[in-house]
Amino acid sequence: MQTFYLDHAATSPVHPEVINSMTEVMARVYGNPSSIHAAGRSARKILDEARSILAQSIGAKDTEIILTSGGTEADNTAIFGVAQALKSKGKHIITTSVEHHAVLHACEQLEKAGFEVTYLPVNENGRISVESVKNALRADTILVTIMYGNNEVGTIQPIKEIGELLKDHQAIFHTDAVQAYGLEKIDINELHVDLLSVSSHKINGPKGIGFLYQREKTPLVATFYGGSQERKRRAGTENVHAAVGFAKAVEISQREMEKRQETYLQFRTIFLNVLNREQITYKVNGDHEYFLKHILNISFPGMDVESFLVNLDMDGVYASSGSACTAGSIDPSHVLVAMFGKGASELRNSIRFSFGLGLTKEDVEIAAERTAKIVKRMTNS
Amino acid sequence: MIYFDNSATTKPHDEVLHTFLEVNKNYFANPASIHAFGVEVNELLEAARNQIAHIIKTKPEHVLFTSGGTESNNFAIFGVAKENKHIGKHIITTEIEHASVLEAYKTLEKDGYEVEYLSVDNKGVISIDELRRKLRKDTILVSMMHVNNEMGAIQPIEEAAKIIHQHSRAIFHVDAVQSFGKLEVQFNGDAGPDILTISGHKIHGIKGTGIIAFQRKLNIAPLIVGGGQEFGLRSGTVPVPQAVALAKACRIATEHLQENYAKFTKWRDHLMDFFNTFGDHIYLLSTKEGAPHILSFSVRDLKGEVIINALQKRGVIVSTSSACSSKQKKTSHVVEALNVDSHFKEGVIRISFGAKNTEKEIEQFKEIFKEVMKELKGV
Repeated sequence: MQTFYLDHAATSPVHPEVINSMTEVMARVYGNPSSIHAAGRSARKILDEARSILAQSIGAKDTEIILTSGGTEADNTAIFGVAQALKSKGKHIITTSVEHHAVLHACEQLEKAGFEVTYLPVNENGRISVESVKNALRADTILVTIMYGNNEVGTIQPIKEIGELLKDHQAIFHTDAVQAYGLEKIDINELHVDLLSVSSHKINGPKGIGFLYQREKTPLVATFYGGSQERKRRAGTENVHAAVGFAKAVEISQREMEKRQETYLQFRTIFLNVLNREQITYKVNGDHEYFLKHILNISFPGMDVESFLVNLDMDGVYASSGSACTAGSIDPSHVLVAMFGKGASELRNSIRFSFGLGLTKEDVEIAAERTAKIVKRMTNS
Repeated sequence: MIYFDNSATTKPHDEVLHTFLEVNKNYFANPASIHAFGVEVNELLEAARNQIAHIIKTKPEHVLFTSGGTESNNFAIFGVAKENKHIGKHIITTEIEHASVLEAYKTLEKDGYEVEYLSVDNKGVISIDELRRKLRKDTILVSMMHVNNEMGAIQPIEEAAKIIHQHSRAIFHVDAVQSFGKLEVQFNGDAGPDILTISGHKIHGIKGTGIIAFQRKLNIAPLIVGGGQEFGLRSGTVPVPQAVALAKACRIATEHLQENYAKFTKWRDHLMDFFNTFGDHIYLLSTKEGAPHILSFSVRDLKGEVIINALQKRGVIVSTSSACSSKQKKTSHVVEALNVDSHFKEGVIRISFGAKNTEKEIEQFKEIFKEVMKELKGV
């Protein structure tokens, strides 16, 4: 049976060019970039080149990029790092109720350590208002951490406006751009963010690598201690080949961004057209103006997410109920709870389809048809 | 090129690279996804975990994948300190640990923990008596490297483990980054460690891979929080290609352990004898009781970099001390702890063997080194 991978927001296939670049560099370069001999220096050179590509993609300087083991570490470093560095200036943090768990659980941990965290609510579309940030801001607020685009429903937050608002405040502004990076044009100077997290495996790069952009002079205490790598901001032998693969994935995604946006918008239309044609009752969750093009979260009244996913799976359609990290247990999504309230039917009947590399219009059409068929069968409509 | 810097990093085995690339190509799904593809990838991950658990003799659920040795060491130290501070804030380690241990402890000292550092003798080995004397009721953690990365000293892990477990409630963390794959490294009840930390790129695996493993369930707080992967103890999408590649590297290292041990021992002993022919000009920091893949020596009144460059010109890659701090000019803390004579403090060179070195390279090295000594010292 032909299978269709519509779970690109969980993780994405590695681009063949990325594989090639890693293969090439692994065969040739294996020194430790911190070694002063020739083998080390050639590894250093390759690492520097990769870092430069990452920096350029968001308008940053090379020295402002801290390589990490992924998006989670980047988020944790930003949040714990700022909290540690600025605790003498205040203990108040602002975030939203729809963040990824890498942010939420870090904030919860800080609460246990005596910090005070405000979780901003979202509207039915999953969006916060700039006004609510303004109202929550206090003299002792040290950190505002708000995701760029939501991983479950795709809603994009007003990052630029919040950046403007925070320009004259002591609070450091962090955005988790893991889902948006590579699909949305991001310029750290336009957005006025101080910290920004990115993951490689969401954009067809290798797993196990990401970066944290740190604006020059942004106070940050390191999470890992040891050698002096990453300008003493992140100890550990640098992951050279993964950095090279990551940089290649960045190059490709930056080059093809517009084309991808267009393609995924088309995929959305195709998917929804099939549902319309088959007279399926559904509702798209998320914002209809500010959304990530590759994420399509749909609520199907009368369906139950668990059995729905099992049936999709048996029919070769790989989708998700929410984020993969929590998918193991089908607890109701905290994002949908924040949007619709506890007990809302959307919590039990929503599926996330996410598009990416390798999918064709035909694939999307067939996957939508299979989805429609299951809905009809299970709701007897 | 003769690459004798395998303690800094190693060239990955072709099979390991192949595995890494294959999994990347064909099994890219997120192991936490519940669809069939995710389940399939998760099976690969669990198979890798099983293999490693089998090698180090613990249960699979006590093996966690990390981004490398530094993260594993930081995780062990911060995690145990945080979760056990109600019992005490006293910690014991040694003077010659890797920076990823020492720097973590410096941070804890600022947070009010009391850290004591065991001294070592001129062979780089701790005294069990001193360890026994320093253990207290409120000692919560003892960190000790199995093999020193700069000169190869082996610590008496078994004896230390017995003393620690008999006389305290402390958790025994052994940094096995330099020993795994070269010596027997495994859990062994009260006669072994409670926590083991391992790195992939030191055993011809790939960079960005590591393990922290536990003998049993113990009180440890996560270092990285989020999606709750790795039994809730290490969040972040698990890089399955890396995990599978690491399991493969561990297996290969274990399978060839005896053979490599014999080979390295022969080479090390042979080169020691060779260095001894230079008499007073060379001082050996390593001893024959140390791990056979590391041989540290120093040339009288010369700077390490001068020797490195002279060797490098002739195609031999060695290093001063550890790569992580090799850019710093100050004398290494290990050299200080060993009380090396001042004439030999600055000229310390580390030769470290790997699975890919050959006997022929040893002979070539000797000839090249003779040339270098003639050039630099006129002997």
